[in-house]
Amino acid sequence: MKILTEHIDVPQIETLAVYKKNGGYKAVEKALKKMTPDEVTEEVKKSGLRGRGGAGFPVGMKWSFLAKPEGVPRYLVCNADESEPGTFKDHYLMWKSPHTLIEGMIVSSYALGANTSYIYVRGELMYVINILEKAIQEAYDQGLLGKNILGSGYDLDLFVQPGGGAYICGEETALLESLEGKRGNPRNKPPFPAVKGVWQCPTVVNNVESIAATSWIVNNGGDAYAAIGVGRSTGTKLISASGHIKKPGVYEIPLGITVEEFIYSDEWCGGIRDGHKLKAVVAGGSSVPILPAEMILTTATGEKRLMTYESLSDGGFATGTMLGSGGFIVMDETTCIVHNTLTFARFYHHESCGQCSPCREGTGWMDKVIHRIEHGKGRKEDIDLLVDVAKKIEGNTICPLGDAAAWPVAAAIRHFRDEFEWHIEHPELATKEGAVFMRPGASWAQ
Amino acid sequence: MKVTIDNITLEVEPGTTIMQAARQIGPEIAPPAMCYYEPLKGSGGKCRACLVKVTQGSEKDPRPMPKLVPACITAVQDGMVVENTVNESVLETRKGIVEFLLLNHPLDCPVCDQAGECHLQDFSFEHGVSTTRTAEERNTFEPTDLGPNIQLNMNRCVLCYRCVYTADQITDGRVHGVMYRGDHAEISTYIEKAIDNDFSGNVIDVCPVGALTDKTYRFKSRVWFSKPVEAHCSCEKCSGNVTLWYKGDEVIRVTGRKNEWGEVMEFICNTCRFDRKKTSDWVIEGPTQVARHSVISANKYGANLIKPAFPIAQAARDYKLIDDDRDRSFLHEPAKIEAKK
Repeated sequence: MKILTEHIDVPQIETLAVYKKNGGYKAVEKALKKMTPDEVTEEVKKSGLRGRGGAGFPVGMKWSFLAKPEGVPRYLVCNADESEPGTFKDHYLMWKSPHTLIEGMIVSSYALGANTSYIYVRGELMYVINILEKAIQEAYDQGLLGKNILGSGYDLDLFVQPGGGAYICGEETALLESLEGKRGNPRNKPPFPAVKGVWQCPTVVNNVESIAATSWIVNNGGDAYAAIGVGRSTGTKLISASGHIKKPGVYEIPLGITVEEFIYSDEWCGGIRDGHKLKAVVAGGSSVPILPAEMILTTATGEKRLMTYESLSDGGFATGTMLGSGGFIVMDETTCIVHNTLTFARFYHHESCGQCSPCREGTGWMDKVIHRIEHGKGRKEDIDLLVDVAKKIEGNTICPLGDAAAWPVAAAIRHFRDEFEWHIEHPELATKEGAVFMRPGASWAQ
Repeated sequence: MKVTIDNITLEVEPGTTIMQAARQIGPEIAPPAMCYYEPLKGSGGKCRACLVKVTQGSEKDPRPMPKLVPACITAVQDGMVVENTVNESVLETRKGIVEFLLLNHPLDCPVCDQAGECHLQDFSFEHGVSTTRTAEERNTFEPTDLGPNIQLNMNRCVLCYRCVYTADQITDGRVHGVMYRGDHAEISTYIEKAIDNDFSGNVIDVCPVGALTDKTYRFKSRVWFSKPVEAHCSCEKCSGNVTLWYKGDEVIRVTGRKNEWGEVMEFICNTCRFDRKKTSDWVIEGPTQVARHSVISANKYGANLIKPAFPIAQAARDYKLIDDDRDRSFLHEPAKIEAKK
């Protein structure tokens, strides 16, 4: 079942003519001519579509929170600043089929009553920005954007904004600051963007994938979308699979397949590369907790883990993780978890905006301590120190970057403490090129 | 609206923040603030020193808030119950915040002009621990020259953004901002331009630490050797209400007048601050009120001669109790003495 990527391999799908030939822009016509904005919102609510950017907050509910005071413009901002290490799905979708996003933007903006909308694209993706600009121009030429769209009386201007080149600009309020031309520092909440967003007006910020899915929902109805998936995880999700698998890439999966099937079936990742075994998985982009092989395949209660929001987070932080933004990083037994944790910690150290003290100082501290451990200069007390620092950062920061920095470190120590201890106790072995600790009796041990 | 902070209930106006409500009760209850500065719009929420636990959101919605919230920017709801000094997790988190703020701080108090009136000193003394867990090298910054009046020591900065808000809101043009990210973020002017503005000196007063200090006062005295005196002058640019800091007969420093929370009551101009350093420039009003426990009052005003105000009889009784306690624990335990052999 494919929704977003159904026609993605059609040659020239990036042009409006080919996109239309493959059923494109039907949703715009249906929504603007036959439905009221509230009806569109109602369909999205019915679909159970959840935010695809990481938090998994129901899109329809987010839309209904939007404040609608008289005489104040409302805005829809598309968060295309995808910078999470391990996640590259939005990039792929916008690059291959820009009109999928633009169609979703028109439908969503109509539902929200926004007459100006922005797509905030990661600054490094300049060529994608050019593709989007070109596609938007085509849409303007065809009367799908601008004044009085398709004679419905609805006006929409769509702008593409190149990002400020920072991970933090993917946080919704930092994104709005950056969009306004300021330094990308997250804002204190409340007020939430739904009340005071861009230019201090009510704003909805949604991920590319969430917005793109709305046009299919308008075409086929919310119930049809809700029929896909399991429980509260409805519809399909783009997963960016990377790491030691046979077929890395972007896959659109119906939510609810098992993790085992996703990793090993030929339809998806095709299994671990030859001669190697699964050691650990980071299931939703670098900021979610890492899980060892046995925990990612089955939950603590012994059930098979599914690719859904609920099943992946089953067991909380003790034995679970999160679906996050769908950056599925697979590691085999050659991966050193300490080294991997260092890479993540260094990233968050580099990307912390420096506004609030726990994150600014804590990320740097964790990076330095793990760097020491990795380079054979660790102390026994360092492991508990890291756990404590992570605890002091988590939940005490302005934006979720603090949590995102703390979780991978805390989870790596929780599940691979022996590996950290080995690094500290045997620095002469651990610092050798390619040396990896092999847990005795582990499923990945050779 | 009714709000309860640390089991003390009071009535406040709608729109009051938890911090403002707590300050109405008194300094024992008020959470520490490193970045919040009432006169500056938009300040607060950054240092996380004032995080408190809300155990009841409001009368209508009594659910507790899931995370600790910054008291300085969280508005009070009717019937809210807040725990500040009585909550273990709040105090534990505060210990962590002190640790984070001191992590890359040079701890050069012995040579810092701010020592004695430094909010970070107070904060770490009240809420921190005396040991360190860090073995890492501290981050240092290249010195930046901000002109003849203001000394910037970026190593001491806690990035409270107060000076940035001051520059934005008090001075005519934005004179400086924050550059770079994370623990490399620093206060700077664009391309090392000197800060030059009639009111730019106020960044010194708002700085909670020794990052921005007065160049004309540099290394002249320790703050507890100087004597603050209220004075005014007729200034065409500002109110002219200042505090003069005397060392002997000499005015060594001019600052704005501060309230009990260390916040400037009126911002003063650079002429008053840097150029009027003769007693004849000023009309003296009298000595500044200084709290008895403040280091600034040490060895002055006969503070060391003041007898405790509480009843002597009670003090004597308390003394005896303490004495009895000592007798019990140390002198009347022969087993302990024997074990030492």
